[in-house]
Amino acid sequence: MKDWRYWLAEQRGTLLALAIFIVMFAIYTANHPAGFTANVVQTASNKGVLLAFVAMAQTLVVITAGIDLSVGMIFTLTNCLASWLVIGTGLETAFGVVAVLGTGLLCGAINGAIVIYGRLQPIVATIATGAVYFGIALLLRPFPGGSVNEDLADALTGRLFGVVPASLVALFAVVLIVWVPFSRSVLGRAAYAAGSSETAAYMSGVPIRRGKFAAYALAGLLAAIGGLFLTFFTYTGDAAYASGNAYTLFSIAAVVLGGVSLFGGKGSAIGAIFGALAFRTIGDLLFVFDFDPLWQPLFQGVILLIAVSLGAFALFRVRNRLEWFL
Amino acid sequence: MDGAVPLFRMEGISKRYGGVRALEKAELSVMPGSIHGILGENGAGKSTLIKVMAGVVAPDEGSMMLDGSEVSFASPAAANQAGIVCIFQELSLVPELSVADNIIISNPPTRFGMIDRKAQRRIAEEALARAGAADIHPLALVKDLPLSRRQMVEIAKALARKPRILILDEATSALTAADVAKIFGVLKRLREEGLALLYISHRMNEIAELADQCTVFRNGRNVASYAAGSKSDNEVVELMIGREYSHIFPPKPVRLPAAIAPVLEARKLSWTDRLDNVSLTVAAGEVVGLGGLDGQGQRELLLAFFGVLRGLSGEILIDGKPVAIASPAAAREDHIGMALIPEDRKTEGLMLPMTVRENLSFAALDRLSKAGIIDRAAEQRLIDDVVGLLAIKTAGLDIPVGALSGGNQQKVVIAKWLMRQPRIILLNDPTRGIDVGTKQELYQLMRKLADAGAAILFYSTDYDELIGCCDRVLVLYDGAVKRELVGTGITERALIASALNIHGGDATPRHGADA
Repeated sequence: MKDWRYWLAEQRGTLLALAIFIVMFAIYTANHPAGFTANVVQTASNKGVLLAFVAMAQTLVVITAGIDLSVGMIFTLTNCLASWLVIGTGLETAFGVVAVLGTGLLCGAINGAIVIYGRLQPIVATIATGAVYFGIALLLRPFPGGSVNEDLADALTGRLFGVVPASLVALFAVVLIVWVPFSRSVLGRAAYAAGSSETAAYMSGVPIRRGKFAAYALAGLLAAIGGLFLTFFTYTGDAAYASGNAYTLFSIAAVVLGGVSLFGGKGSAIGAIFGALAFRTIGDLLFVFDFDPLWQPLFQGVILLIAVSLGAFALFRVRNRLEWFL
Repeated sequence: MDGAVPLFRMEGISKRYGGVRALEKAELSVMPGSIHGILGENGAGKSTLIKVMAGVVAPDEGSMMLDGSEVSFASPAAANQAGIVCIFQELSLVPELSVADNIIISNPPTRFGMIDRKAQRRIAEEALARAGAADIHPLALVKDLPLSRRQMVEIAKALARKPRILILDEATSALTAADVAKIFGVLKRLREEGLALLYISHRMNEIAELADQCTVFRNGRNVASYAAGSKSDNEVVELMIGREYSHIFPPKPVRLPAAIAPVLEARKLSWTDRLDNVSLTVAAGEVVGLGGLDGQGQRELLLAFFGVLRGLSGEILIDGKPVAIASPAAAREDHIGMALIPEDRKTEGLMLPMTVRENLSFAALDRLSKAGIIDRAAEQRLIDDVVGLLAIKTAGLDIPVGALSGGNQQKVVIAKWLMRQPRIILLNDPTRGIDVGTKQELYQLMRKLADAGAAILFYSTDYDELIGCCDRVLVLYDGAVKRELVGTGITERALIASALNIHGGDATPRHGADA
């Protein structure tokens, strides 16, 4: 077999997510009253990147065969924090951004420490820390409010050269700065190895703990970038419980749509990004077809079920029934 | 072999797992530029020995010397650093990563903090070529490779770590003959380069071809070391056995060669590459053993009867009538009446956090319930019966089954199935990890059930058990029945010889007679 075939096989999940997204987005813009214009793309992009950041965060943890149910709450917490700190002169704003991102990193690191060194199950540990993070967010913003450096916000949610959505460029930059180095580093490799077979990784002398810890910490950072962008879009901080939870659950859906295996060891954040964009577009599709918004959750659920069952066909090939349960 | 200075030496190494003694003051010296063969039965302590060497298991006592200075390894990574690399029987490859990723996993080449993919590719290709496996593409995912190719990747991975001591634990068990020949060439070349190789294998002919020096292990001790070729196969088998017999087995009934119609019969069962035309019969009242080395298809055979395997070819007959058994639920139906005591009681036999009572009634719930409601009184009667019959020692029926001792847990697994009064009982190495007293009770029980008319198919890795309990033993090798031993013909010598697929057993050795 040629090299490109292996590459293709490895990227299959990502490419499938990309295809789903393109098809849905094409249907969306074709039926949109304004059509495929810079404005429509900008709006879609601004909505899409929020989930994309959170989904990237989720990907990192899912790769290690864990799950992070606190990403949505880190997202909410950093949104509230940004509505206090990311304001004022250039220097003050810069400090605020660093503080917000540092907080996200710290939240992720706490998750990682509890899961790895405290040996708690990721699902329970992150439910608990998620509640804590939300509690802090609520103390910061008992009521929606606050403000943000509007020059920065407008720059990052506007368009470059009049056509390219700045949020999309920011997403691309984060992929280059965070995801690409991580996925190609020894730590990233360790995270994949630990997710695929922790025993084999241990036996091979792989730095499992450091790899998993890096994954959790970076997940916190990515969720914080999402929270920062939420502040840029809304100009306010809002400790909204339902929204935080929705982002957590949608991030899992986006990750699965993006070809990342919940059993760990397989998939990429790029796939999860397309999964997130596709998932967002499912919701938007209803508007262009003039459906009652009441239908949105039901419709999203059905599409998600169909997309996910595409991945279940491998079970038909299993010849030892005990392998169903592995 | 260049003289007297060992590269690596172990002295007085002991290791216990709970009450089980895996190693007892074991010693081993490894010379540079030589291949050292390690022989021994299942459970003789070979695996524990190499796990100690490779830093996977910490010994309770004893010392290890590398180049004359004392060393100890906290992890496999530490042993790797010291140049000791082990190819384990259970593969240590990460399935979702590519071949190249796996080969460089322990010590990846980096540039600017990131893994250098070009260098990785080059190292992987070199290592694959060195292992004689250049046909494997470095970008292929390990999970997509067949077992024999994975084993070659495992060997390439070990070579890429530039070992000084290379340990191969049954490294050829999954390989094709052509690959074995290639690997032997590689190993001989490594020996010339001055490496010390430790070669653990059940295959006597491989040891004879490769090894310079051999050490035999028995009951956790090294019982003999000799220059390869200085002992005959028979002498080696003698060394491997040498155990005292314990009279803990119930007497076997004297019976005439079966004129009784079989209850369970298999005709030419085949499944993937693990089962190869297996035919057998088990009559009521008979205990038939499955022997052979671990992993020769015994487990798959039992699973095949129990309706777990898909794509099985051949026929299964119950009372002489062909049946299709589609699932464990179907296998336990009254007209078949089959029960399987699984190998791993903790995952396949019990729900550890649930109570003894709940665990006991799982298999019989359909009989104990009316319209989906469990008849508690009937359940209690049946449970009292089996708990009494098996003498299960438990503080109560409502404590978690995980709190019981290993032996009593195993009794619960068996009792669970006895509540259905099965006619056919399949046992998959049921005495692994339980104490001698409970073992003895299980042997008595097995015979009692057979006398009461059950047909029993019994796989054990313990030869003593097969000799003590079985009316007949079928020895499997490579998924096929290689030999049938009957009555007094079931001897340890015959079992080991046929397990190793040496023909004759008591007859002529094939090689090594030049001593």
